[in-house]
Amino acid sequence: MIELCHISAGYDGRPVVEDVSFAFRPGEVTVLLGPNGCGKTTLLKTALGLLAPLAGQVLYDGAALQTLAPAEAARKAAYMPQNRYAPRIEARRMALHGRFPYLSFPRQYRAADYAAADAALEAAGAAELAGRMMDTLSGGQRQKVYLAMALAQEAPAILMDEPTTWLDPKHQLEVMATARRLAAGGRAVGLVSHELSLALRTADRVALLAGGKLAAWGSPEEVYRSGALEEAFGVKIGRFETEKGWQYYYL
Amino acid sequence: MASKRAVLAGAAALALLAGVLSLCVGAVALPPGELLAALSGRGEGTGAAIVLYVRLPRTAACMAAGAALAVAGAVIQTVLANPLASPNVIGVNAGAGAAVALCCAAAPTAVGLTPLAAFAGAFGSAMLVLAVAQRAGASRMTLILTGVALSSIFSAAVDLVVTLAPDALNGYTDFRVGGLGGVTMARVGPAAAVGALCLAGVLLLSNELDVLALGSETARSLGLRVGRTRVLLLALAAGLAGAAVSVAGLIGFVGLIVPHVARRFLGEESRPLVLGCALGGAALLTVCDTAARTLFAPYEIPVGVALSLGGGPFFIWLVLRQKGGRRR
Repeated sequence: MIELCHISAGYDGRPVVEDVSFAFRPGEVTVLLGPNGCGKTTLLKTALGLLAPLAGQVLYDGAALQTLAPAEAARKAAYMPQNRYAPRIEARRMALHGRFPYLSFPRQYRAADYAAADAALEAAGAAELAGRMMDTLSGGQRQKVYLAMALAQEAPAILMDEPTTWLDPKHQLEVMATARRLAAGGRAVGLVSHELSLALRTADRVALLAGGKLAAWGSPEEVYRSGALEEAFGVKIGRFETEKGWQYYYL
Repeated sequence: MASKRAVLAGAAALALLAGVLSLCVGAVALPPGELLAALSGRGEGTGAAIVLYVRLPRTAACMAAGAALAVAGAVIQTVLANPLASPNVIGVNAGAGAAVALCCAAAPTAVGLTPLAAFAGAFGSAMLVLAVAQRAGASRMTLILTGVALSSIFSAAVDLVVTLAPDALNGYTDFRVGGLGGVTMARVGPAAAVGALCLAGVLLLSNELDVLALGSETARSLGLRVGRTRVLLLALAAGLAGAAVSVAGLIGFVGLIVPHVARRFLGEESRPLVLGCALGGAALLTVCDTAARTLFAPYEIPVGVALSLGGGPFFIWLVLRQKGGRRR
């Protein structure tokens, strides 16, 4: 479990968000929701230790993040960046780098690492891409390989930055289904999104950021009813019930 | 992977061929039979002496310096995430050159010290570039311009040393453009040892290099200590570039051309890329040096001149091709 305790996060000593406390819990999909520029990504990076918090503490399974060695932290939380650079290497090699936190002397990947990478490619739906070069893949395919790399890390938590951006609706739904599947498997899944409707119907928990604060934290139902969403986004939000649960729309 | 093996085998064959050619041709042409005899210690007379005391040191120097510069280039390009970077472009070679000149002026007889001095100069220069890159946001052109500035400063330092101690670089012909005339085994040996150590270090860290190539955030999220790894890899690159400079002077462009060609054939996975660069660099410098000393016989042009004539346009072509978006 990743806990944020009274976190202030930002750049060059200037906070973007202040005094945020919530947790990414195992078995749940937590969506960090909020308008553009509200500090979702900043907070996610702070939760991963990529940015040092300006105040407060990040706890991984109760231990302060800054007391963990980088490789130790990487075995507890995996990251899917928004910027998915594609070097000219094979997708299988890319997935294999998810095993980097487990690498020890003499710094060679072992048979077990190759097996884990192949299993991760399979789980990410990217098995048939294994032999392809990263720079020849489409955006959706690249994302699957990045997901495979994160899965190969075998971390109990996985945090994704804007995983649906630039994807067509079918791929967006696939990403959300994957998030649900990972949570069902016991992982703590966190993702940043500004896609209101998609986020609300996928999340177990919503952390709504607005105005540099945590404006609401709870189930989609609770956050929706609180009215904080409409205030944060400045739009009218409605919903209707379908056989697949509540669907949200905005006007 | 099979095709990568084939490419590497091809590069090895090319390097071997270049080496044999370099040993055989010259003012006195030596047939392979005589060459073999000389190398195995059974040769006699002038032919054997030419092979052992003139051509062998020179060919070994070409191979070692070419390999070292090409691998240094590949490492620097990845660490700085800048395809235009190479040891001569960012001033690492010039830093090594200034240190070699100083070392030769201060301790003319200590030939074995020059690779160490060169390493210190190259490392200092690389750290300066890294510091500027991190402070100025590492824009591609900022980095190159910093290198240009550093290069001029260090070239001026070489000129200053040579003006004050005119005999300092007497052990080298054409130090400032890069040349291999008159090189001796006493000079090649220590440099090759430093180069081999650094190459082994780079190969050991090839997974780190690969992870670093994914961008610093992804690398950090995978548990890599990015700052420390960058410094370590640049130190190894400086050792390689320094070793080359201590043998061959300020040769340019090997570290730029070879990694780009190697990437085209081998992709960006570090281990095959580094091996390919080592073989390709050895082949390129050996072929160029052999051409430079035979094509205009009885005149011999320094190999650095030949490389700059070819490498300069290549650099401009790269600048034009890379215009626009960052690599990551």
